[in-house]
Amino acid sequence: MAILHTVNKSPFDKNSLERAIGCAKDGSAVLLIEDGVYGALKGASSSSMVEDAMKTVKVYALSEDVSARGVNERVMDGIELVDYAGFVKLAADHSQVQSWL
Amino acid sequence: MKFAIQINEGPYTHEASDSAYMFTKAVIEGGHEVTRVFFYHDGVNNGTRLTTPPQDDRHVVNRWAELAKENDLDLVLCVAAAQRRGIADADESKRNGKDADNIQEGFRISGLGQLIEAGIQADRLVVFGD
Repeated sequence: MAILHTVNKSPFDKNSLERAIGCAKDGSAVLLIEDGVYGALKGASSSSMVEDAMKTVKVYALSEDVSARGVNERVMDGIELVDYAGFVKLAADHSQVQSWL
Repeated sequence: MKFAIQINEGPYTHEASDSAYMFTKAVIEGGHEVTRVFFYHDGVNNGTRLTTPPQDDRHVVNRWAELAKENDLDLVLCVAAAQRRGIADADESKRNGKDADNIQEGFRISGLGQLIEAGIQADRLVVFGD
């Protein structure tokens, strides 16, 4: 089974997202949480990297953290929002969880 | 499914302790089991009962203790990390010749073996931190 990678740092602050995407094999998933949800923004310097990644990797963002930052309207197409129950389900449905801190 | 949680960040720092709390709650509500919550590095600061946030702010320490009491959770502080940061229970305080202890009820201090054991016994280990 594939790995769930969680990223909690903004791509404008740290390179965690870039590293996670670099290590994420085809069919695995990336979940953006905390400041990591800034990686879900469209029209940002990180957007093309994430769009490329979405060709082979499913990208999710934690809805609570997206809402807390007021960026719901700016989330790029193709990124699925999940709540904490969804986070738990993703963790259960993947073979392991790798946290990129 | 069995989940173990690791927290490497103190309360009121960024968001890790809050995220871990929300995730732990969701794990329980989802009908899963939380085998252990292990507080490592600055995460041990989540376990001092001297924490006194403003009244209109969430009380991160009490919130963990209450969740643990309601669901019989095992909240473990890493002993080496706790010693470095001045977090002690009565035994640790006495052993190190200190005049007080400050651990919050519901937490316990133990070694890194508890994290390894949690990783082995749980189906998933999820890490929150800085």
